Amino acid sequence: MSKPATIFIDGRKIDAFEGEKLLWVALRNGIYIPNLCAIRGKEHPSGSCRLCYVQVEGCSEPVTSCTLSVTDSLSVQTRSPQVDRLVKSAFELLLSHHRLGCRDCAKRKSCELLKIAKERGLKMKLTRLALLDQEAEVDDSAETFVFDRSRCVLCGRCVWICREVIKVGALGFSRRGIKRVVTTFQDVSLAQSGCIECGLCVEACPSGALYFKEGKKPAAAGQCSCRGG
Amino acid sequence: MNGNAAAAVRERYRKLEADAAARIKAIYNGPVIRVGTATCGIAAGALPVKEAFARVVEEKGLPAKIIDVGCMGHCYAEPLVIISKPGFPSLCYGYLDEDLAARLVDDFLINDDPCYEFALVALEPNDVFPTFSDFPRGVYEQKIVLEHCGFIDPGDIDHYIARGGYGALAAALGKAPAGVLDTVKESHLRGRGGAGFPAGLKWEAAVKAGPGEKYVICNADEGDPGAFMDRGILESCPHQVIEGMLLCAYAVGAERGYFYIRAEYPLAVERVRRALEQAREKGLLGGAILGSGFNCELEIFQGSGAFVCGEATALVRSMEGKMGIPATRPPRLAQSGYRGRPTVLNNVKTFAYVPPIFNRGVEWFKSIGTDDNPGTAVFSLVGKVAHTGLVEVPMGTTLRQLIFEVGEGPANGKAFKAAQIGGPSGGCLPEAALDIPIDFDSLQEAGAIMGSGGLVVLDEDDCMVAIARYFLEFTQQESCGKCTFCRLGTKHMLDILTRITEGCGEPGDLEILEELAEDVRDGSLCNLGATAPNPVLTTLRYFRDEYEAHIFEKRCPALMCKELIVYYIEPQKCSKLCNVCVGSCPTEAIYTRDDGLKAIDQEKCVKCDNCLKTCPPDYNAVIKLSPPGLLTEKEGKKA
Ligand SMILES: Cc1cc2nc3c(=O)[nH]c(=O)nc-3n(C[C@H](O)[C@H](O)[C@H](O)COP(=O)(O)O)c2cc1C
Ligand code: SF4
Ligand code: SF4
Ligand code: SF4
Ligand code: SF4
Ligand code: FES
Ligand code: FES
Repeated sequence: MSKPATIFIDGRKIDAFEGEKLLWVALRNGIYIPNLCAIRGKEHPSGSCRLCYVQVEGCSEPVTSCTLSVTDSLSVQTRSPQVDRLVKSAFELLLSHHRLGCRDCAKRKSCELLKIAKERGLKMKLTRLALLDQEAEVDDSAETFVFDRSRCVLCGRCVWICREVIKVGALGFSRRGIKRVVTTFQDVSLAQSGCIECGLCVEACPSGALYFKEGKKPAAAGQCSCRGG
Repeated sequence: MNGNAAAAVRERYRKLEADAAARIKAIYNGPVIRVGTATCGIAAGALPVKEAFARVVEEKGLPAKIIDVGCMGHCYAEPLVIISKPGFPSLCYGYLDEDLAARLVDDFLINDDPCYEFALVALEPNDVFPTFSDFPRGVYEQKIVLEHCGFIDPGDIDHYIARGGYGALAAALGKAPAGVLDTVKESHLRGRGGAGFPAGLKWEAAVKAGPGEKYVICNADEGDPGAFMDRGILESCPHQVIEGMLLCAYAVGAERGYFYIRAEYPLAVERVRRALEQAREKGLLGGAILGSGFNCELEIFQGSGAFVCGEATALVRSMEGKMGIPATRPPRLAQSGYRGRPTVLNNVKTFAYVPPIFNRGVEWFKSIGTDDNPGTAVFSLVGKVAHTGLVEVPMGTTLRQLIFEVGEGPANGKAFKAAQIGGPSGGCLPEAALDIPIDFDSLQEAGAIMGSGGLVVLDEDDCMVAIARYFLEFTQQESCGKCTFCRLGTKHMLDILTRITEGCGEPGDLEILEELAEDVRDGSLCNLGATAPNPVLTTLRYFRDEYEAHIFEKRCPALMCKELIVYYIEPQKCSKLCNVCVGSCPTEAIYTRDDGLKAIDQEKCVKCDNCLKTCPPDYNAVIKLSPPGLLTEKEGKKA
């Protein structure tokens, strides 16, 4: 068992354990830090969404809280002008590659993009950036859910669940750079893939990229273990 | 190791060295022709030159030996050969072709006329012909990692051993590994892969990671377009890198190491493979090296070639058969690297410094360069500079000295504009910044980076906006796409730059571009994203007026951005007697006016630049105008 540590988040004294990642400690204690790609239980954080920045006392540059290991008497601020600037910028970048349309989006009640915007007072529209073209097509071949890549934020939660939790591995990352996507092996449709339609990825998806078809949502909500706390 | 065992190792090495020296001496008892056949030489035609020498030497029945050597660094003068003939200083000749090869054999080897009119430089001090130190470049250059490059046969280990090669290893094996580590730490050697991290500290971290399996990896991915130092070293003197890796392996307790070489470097792969075989045969690699208790195997891993695979964590993942995508740190590789084991990853040059540091001592090494940046810097000098090539100068040399003395300034009498330093994610520094010393810290302060050591010289014809766009396009395409800032930020930056160069820039673009560039720099996961904005940030800092001209006047001051220029034939310069340009135009845009002079139909012109290139220097009648609106003015006057 790791050693207990006392830390300070926004001046609040909090009990934690050494080596824990700060993001999880904060969330557990009801302090919200924007995040999309953090996955509880994933040993090595992917650190890809770049939304979870915090300011560590004694450190001039913001650091990502999903990779920040707790040490005793660590003191962080969840907000600072630098943190706010990076979060705002990363968020707008994600929106610039996202087919916005919350009103008709199946996930609007649980969307984490909307949550981040609300928590941080960010706009759900582009202010300085142009909308980037996307070639994403919608895969509605599965019986129970739809995969709309134009709303995927590449957080990797679905990939993790499919691969590491239910061990099916129907989804994975593919291609590089701006073309990076979540897709099936050899880009076949979900119906042709090894997908067993457990629905866990749909539960885990923070955005409107994976959503259940009308009336197909399983009665017992999926046991998504990627988030927790 | 006890005293006796150490003495046995030394003795075994002494025997190797004596044998090698005797063999090499025997070779040089007769005439020797050394042909530079690294990739640069081969590209310039070294192989037919070598064959020509072989043919003529054979025809005339001469005892001359022909030897392959690597790159001497004077790539502008390739193909290069060095001819050594007893009784003469060794002479280096450049710009060789088959005829000159035949002539040198006849005149020099047979008739004792060294053809000084074709010689570039003599290798040894003498009273008949200048040596390297008689040229400005020789005054500034000081070679540590390139010392043997171009002078020895990389395919014959005896050449290296005869020059004291593997002596540092032999001496080190007589000491405790901790002593070897201390030497590297005391030398303050900084890694040459880009970031300048102290090698000794990295090695020490691997030692401190505890016992058990460890790895040493040499990073020879060199994905920067325009950089070829690491390739040059591996093709020219692979043993020096092998020896450096063995010293590292001994210091940290690793028994296995890898050369990570990009697959696009087949000659480097081949020469390293051969070098490893020969080292193994001599007992310098494998089990019980030189009879000591130290075992170490080195192997080659051929990389997939993506630029980002040169990044430490991506490199290790690609070696493990995964996608070459950077990972968050910690853990550092020194704690958990290849196969989850402590791993030391260093650049080719970093390893190449290690044997000389042991041979000549820490104090010697620290006497070169500056306090915080001991040693030399190796650059591949390319672009609009008279003398391109591989150069090695002490840290602290100024950029001005490097470009104007060593490289002899911009080619063709053009005016210098900027030095783009550090590879595709380096910065562009203007004339005013040329007096800063070359070292990791000063370059960083100026907004550039040492990076891999690519140095591109730009002149008045280069548009800084287009240049920034060019480099950003490279990094944007090489982004692995994992993290938000780099994947999307570089794309938006590129789109904005493209718009500006196409004349569609708008007020406010520069502010957005600058903000985004800073955010990508500060927010990206790995150094590809964190450094990608450098060309943009430095050009915005030093050449903002060029951006503003593009946006507010729709004018490209360097006359490079196609959408912002038009081609125009000046009637007062054009000659009725000439019509060269007409045929050069692929779209038949050039017509003859009533008065017999030529003019361009702008509707048809595709701005291919052919007419400007073909118009004879006597006339120089074709010019570029920017903004295109100037055309009305010109044509109005003509009427
Ligand atoms: C995108 C990217 C590409 C890189 N490419 C190389 C390379 O080709 N060669 C190299 O030695 N280091 C490269 N590096 C730096 C390595 O990550 C690492 O820092 C270096 O190999 C460590 O060696 P050193 O300490 O000897 O400098 C690259 C880094 C990044 C971010
Ligand atoms: S995923 Fe969220 S942000 Fe995107 S359209 Fe749906 S509700 Fe809106
Ligand atoms: S900075 Fe670029 S290359 Fe590096 S991890 Fe992020 S997307 Fe990949
Ligand atoms: S620039 Fe090219 S296309 Fe235009 S007139 Fe000259 S030759 Fe023709
Ligand atoms: S080549 Fe030059 S000089 Fe000759 S016709 Fe063309 S523009 Fe005139
Ligand atoms: S949650 Fe930390 S980078 Fe995505
Ligand atoms: S990232 Fe697209 S579903 Fe999670």
